[in-house]
Amino acid sequence: MEQEEYSGKLIVIEGTDGVGRSTHIAMLRTWLESRGHAVLDTGMTRSVLAGRGLKEAKTGHTLGRLTMQLFYATDFIDRLENEMLPALRSGFVVLTDRYIYSALARAEVRGIDSAWIRSIYGMALVPDVVFYLRIQSPQQLVERVLASGRGFDYWESGMDLGLGEDFYDSFIAYQTRMLRVFDRMSAEFGFHVLNASRSVRSVASDLRRSVAKIVDETSTSDETSHPPDKVAPINIKDVPKKALG
Amino acid sequence: MCDLVSGAPMITYGRHQFPGKLFVVEGTDGSGKSTQLALLHQWLKAEGYPVFFSEWNSSPLVKDTTKRAKKRHLFTPASFSLLHATDFADRTERDIIPPLKAGAIVLADRYIYTAFARDVARGCNRDWVRAVYSFAVKPTMAFFFRAPLDIAIDRIVSGRPNLKYYEAGMDLGFADDPEESFTIFQGKILEEYDRMVSEFGLTVIDASRSIERQQREMRLMISQHLNRRRSKSH
Repeated sequence: MEQEEYSGKLIVIEGTDGVGRSTHIAMLRTWLESRGHAVLDTGMTRSVLAGRGLKEAKTGHTLGRLTMQLFYATDFIDRLENEMLPALRSGFVVLTDRYIYSALARAEVRGIDSAWIRSIYGMALVPDVVFYLRIQSPQQLVERVLASGRGFDYWESGMDLGLGEDFYDSFIAYQTRMLRVFDRMSAEFGFHVLNASRSVRSVASDLRRSVAKIVDETSTSDETSHPPDKVAPINIKDVPKKALG
Repeated sequence: MCDLVSGAPMITYGRHQFPGKLFVVEGTDGSGKSTQLALLHQWLKAEGYPVFFSEWNSSPLVKDTTKRAKKRHLFTPASFSLLHATDFADRTERDIIPPLKAGAIVLADRYIYTAFARDVARGCNRDWVRAVYSFAVKPTMAFFFRAPLDIAIDRIVSGRPNLKYYEAGMDLGFADDPEESFTIFQGKILEEYDRMVSEFGLTVIDASRSIERQQREMRLMISQHLNRRRSKSH
């Protein structure tokens, strides 16, 4: 990918299933727009190119591990090139519900070679900030799953991994692994960790405070040209930087 | 990492060990490779081998997405590459690895080299594309049907007067005229194939020779791999 400058902000909300990412993105969006910022929100499996196909593939149980990773990568690159980058160039605040980190974590708990999956996502932009909505234990997620009334999902329970006898056991085992991987990535990629076990209101106010710092930083320093340094692709060893044409 | 998972960790190119054999044909459109593969298929079946055929762009999971994207011109070079890799991964997990584990002969019409040639010609980074496909099984033999560019182009253009958008590389801005764009695009693809001959040890078949002669040559080379396997099992 060519190095390029853009004036928008790329804000990532990460976290395991059920931590409240979409709730917080909806609230942030309203709040940012009321402050006069243009916002694009996007998220996994929402690409024009691959979103529908990926959702359909997930309804059957014939989606293999490698195929799934690449389908997600296709979805990601389409949203990056056709949604996120154009919006960032136009000065939008881009809020994304999950980014490459969920993809990396899902791949890792499935035994996928980490050098492989990271080389594929080497084309991603380094975000301005990654908020990691962290929950203390999978049991807390279970409460939310039950409260939501939609019950356990096949993939959120990691049923493809054969970790437990039923959805509950599998969900706990799978989400425990996901939490472990997220915690490790948190140190590696410098996530901004927010304790998501608190009330929605207190998480939201933390998020606003941090987001305000990031978006205000541009609007005030607009005239003084500081070189945007964030377009460097994620630093992964041996990965060519120019992945795209 | 491996302690996290119940299944086997991912195996990369050249590291798979299967009792089956994988033969692939590669080359530009119109090089006659599919005809040769069909003849091989008939022969191997007649010889009593379990044979499984697998074709490029054939994943039922990905098919609709590819079709729609081609129709609506949604692809960039990177997403074109990744969606085809998704298709290939499904083929690998469904059509290639299981029969190879079962000891069958798998015949593949186009393989990773098609992606390497085409995606690089479309502007993707050579190393990146190779990294994406590193999960592929290394073929027992990969035949590259080499036809002079003008012959290959004649064969396609005469058979199909309307070149498709991506087939002609129209999104790459080589030329406004589809036939001219196609010629430039195929030239770049052929260049990539040529450099892969030594990189991957492709077996070059001179596609300008008679069909019978090419087939004889292939059968001779393939039977060497099959004989060795038979004698080992005794």
